Amino acid sequence: MAAVFPFSAIVGQDEMKLALLIASVDPSVGGVLIFGDRGTGKSTAVRALAALLPTMRAVVGCPYGCDPAKVAGLCGACDGSAVKPAAASKARAKSVAGGKGTPEPKSHAVPVPVVDLPLGATEDRVVGALDLERALAHGQKAFEPGLLARANRGFLYIDEANLLEDHLVDLLLDVAASGENVVEREGLSIRHPARFVLVGSGNPEEGELRPQLLDRFGLSVEVKTPTDLPTRIEVVRRRDTFERDPAAFIAAWQKEDAKLRRRLTAARAHLAEVEVPDRVLEQAAGLCMALGTDGLRGELTLMRSARALAAFEGDASVDDRHLKRVAAPALRHRLRRNPLEDAGSASRIERAIAERFGA
Amino acid sequence: MPAPAPRSPWADAMDTLALFAVDPHGLGGVLLRARAGPVRDRWLQGLREALPASAPVRRIPLQIGDGRLLGGLDLAATLNAGRPVAERGLLAEVDGGIALVAMAERIGTGIAAKIAAALDHAEIRIEREGFSTLLPTRFGVVALDESAHEDESVPAALVERLAFLVDLGDLPLREAIEPAPDRDAVEAARATLPSVLLDDEMLEALCGTALALGIDSPRATIAAIRAARASAALAGRDRVLEADASLAARLVFAPRATRIPADPQAEPEPPAEEPPPPPPPPDDRPDESPPDEQTPAEDQPLDDRVLEAVKAAIPAGLLALLQAGLQPKQARSAGGRSGAMQRGQRRGRPAGSRPGDPRSGQRLAVVDTLRAAAPWQPLRKREREASAGAGMARTGRRIDVRRDDFRVQRYRERAQTTTIFAVDASGSQALNRLAEAKGAVELLLADCYVRRDQVALIAFRGPGAEVVLPPTRSLTRAKRSLAGLPGGGGTPLASGIDASRLMADSVRRKGDSAVLVMITDGRGNLARDGRPDRERAQADALLAAAELRLCGVQALLIDTGPRPQPAAEKIAAAMGACYLALPYADSAALSGAVRQVVASETATGGRSRQGRGT
Repeated sequence: MAAVFPFSAIVGQDEMKLALLIASVDPSVGGVLIFGDRGTGKSTAVRALAALLPTMRAVVGCPYGCDPAKVAGLCGACDGSAVKPAAASKARAKSVAGGKGTPEPKSHAVPVPVVDLPLGATEDRVVGALDLERALAHGQKAFEPGLLARANRGFLYIDEANLLEDHLVDLLLDVAASGENVVEREGLSIRHPARFVLVGSGNPEEGELRPQLLDRFGLSVEVKTPTDLPTRIEVVRRRDTFERDPAAFIAAWQKEDAKLRRRLTAARAHLAEVEVPDRVLEQAAGLCMALGTDGLRGELTLMRSARALAAFEGDASVDDRHLKRVAAPALRHRLRRNPLEDAGSASRIERAIAERFGA
Repeated sequence: MPAPAPRSPWADAMDTLALFAVDPHGLGGVLLRARAGPVRDRWLQGLREALPASAPVRRIPLQIGDGRLLGGLDLAATLNAGRPVAERGLLAEVDGGIALVAMAERIGTGIAAKIAAALDHAEIRIEREGFSTLLPTRFGVVALDESAHEDESVPAALVERLAFLVDLGDLPLREAIEPAPDRDAVEAARATLPSVLLDDEMLEALCGTALALGIDSPRATIAAIRAARASAALAGRDRVLEADASLAARLVFAPRATRIPADPQAEPEPPAEEPPPPPPPPDDRPDESPPDEQTPAEDQPLDDRVLEAVKAAIPAGLLALLQAGLQPKQARSAGGRSGAMQRGQRRGRPAGSRPGDPRSGQRLAVVDTLRAAAPWQPLRKREREASAGAGMARTGRRIDVRRDDFRVQRYRERAQTTTIFAVDASGSQALNRLAEAKGAVELLLADCYVRRDQVALIAFRGPGAEVVLPPTRSLTRAKRSLAGLPGGGGTPLASGIDASRLMADSVRRKGDSAVLVMITDGRGNLARDGRPDRERAQADALLAAAELRLCGVQALLIDTGPRPQPAAEKIAAAMGACYLALPYADSAALSGAVRQVVASETATGGRSRQGRGT
């Protein structure tokens, strides 16, 4: 695995970084869409996030990465039932051999999965399919979990989301909505949890994203190439330093990353305690009404992301400041719009905020 | 220090080659714009000779499938072994070498994006056909761009990642004199490369230059830095000097410049203080137009000097174009040449498989078939053994596939439609018509946004026709080009029809269907050659219309004259187009009319076009 550029070393692009952090604090915010110019570090940021996230506990050998406190009971590793995917049974065999056949699932700390959905992935690998090897060699019908299973409890990243095959997009929409992957193919009938934060990136010049997919993303950020010289120099310098000696560069930023990681952990613990006063809810609803966003999803996302932000900042309750900061990413892609007016959506939100909160 | 004044393109091409050979993966690659021919072959041969003998050079053909490109299930081996065997894709096979992308202007954005991802991450992630692997691969790309028309260009996502854009144009073979760098020199440079230092001053100068030239993507700057390092390594130095930075900036930035920096203060030469880098260039290069003034450059800041080196190398045509304020933004962020052709990967894309009989002309979905057959094998084996007990045992069959197992590939059926608007932007057409046409295009684009179709816009006025908007689905780009569409001048109707035909043809060649919507009052007054001659103009227009008809493009002619014009109707008849007089059409009425025609095209035309080849 190639060395990963540290998250805290990414220059600028604050909105993008904030959106990713918010989604890590509260996955229920529902995904991040990053659209913008080429070469602005979209993929870099997502990969960096993977290295930044605190580890989580997962059942040993469970292909779905079940939380030991809340197992889905789908595989042998979790509940010892009869249906077991290949990986699970192998791991089980190992643990039995180790002499520890405890009734409680064994768990270990694993990195939060950040799974790449590469272009050119085939459907069977995304949803999971019949394990061809076992079928051919032993004539057994076994399920081989796909990317959706691997992404459970983590992130699913689609680079160039606008170039993704339509039939895969349909699949993702369905799973992202239900948090569950239902596989009915090749005589298999399996459902497994697939709760993940969808992160998509792309360049609008290569085509738009389908409106339905757009709607699945909680936050949408626009990234632009920095235009001032000092920032650009810094971007290039850091990149260059990193490439010359990745290990030293990562070591130099390790402290910053660790600080951020601690803040994330603290924010997650703190999230449930953050209060959302009625007044803020009113403000959020008012803002959405003023902008004419469709449905309630906008308000919900706005509230959740403001809360996550408050938790991240260590504040006890949500206030207008938090709302203002997350309003644009939470609502930008929800304005009922003439699709041709997207350039104006940021300014529309700004105007509405100014009206709402008073200048 | 190589001469900063215009040099022979071949000398530049050889410098590029040398730098690229030193660090193929770091630099990403070269977009080689040239026709197939001995000059291009000489360049490629030079590259092969400069690279280590062991470096693989593989060609990626236009029609490559994902299976070969990325890897997947090796069917023959799988059947033989009775267990899944992975096949390495081309991108993994070229590890350490060069991937030659032939006819890069025609590869789809999908393939381009896959190559780009492999370049970016130095590895290929494969999630296909039951395999999930990560293969490391470091390669450089040579994209052979043979585009002849404006409407063809290499996908921007790929161009963005290639450090160099080399245009050999129509260079005759006899001018390709400079020799390719020698393998040993390159080998030595490769060894020094990791230790080459680059001062902050150089880095800042390169960043400043990129900014001044309007090059947005940091990738270009990073490429220039690597090129500068490669140049220093070739010269056997362990520090990047100004000569290296200038050379790198010139080769990397000049073709990507989207604006000329503001100060038109003559064209000073940067100081020639360093010996030339080793691709030993013959000393005297034919300086075609040496700048007359030579300002003493020492007192200039470094970035200005680097900038000047680049400015001298910016092609004259681009300069004129930029200065005329033409295509101001299109080139921007298209990463190199402007107007990258965008198209979806929709035609004939597999959309899963379904049970069926492959003999009915459909493509067998091999893996799915095997997968369907797999669970039954033990059972069938037993069955077979039982039934064959008396007779001959059918030996040697490892897998028993039966008719019920066959799966055929399902493809997306709907072809993509591109609606081409050819808008008369002449004076007679008054500017408000143009505004309506723009409005209609915007409305249709909103429609296409949902249906994922494309629109294109051709404007004809003044001396000829111009492609304002190549087929696109991108709202961002469409809005940009629409906003800047000017009006006024004569009516070169024939040129407008010709341009539409060419575009319709190129859309067709990609397997999409085209619908032409021509908005004009039908009163051409400029002949094909651009001369004002009403008689000739009409005759030419009729001729062009007849040619268009032969192509069989579904067309709609909207007559926007104040009164319906017989001339327009005649042309519509000659084109085989529907004629619609809409003297006061507003954009909503226009787009309504177009929608109907498009609907009928997708219903009928989409199928009928299959018989016609290119």
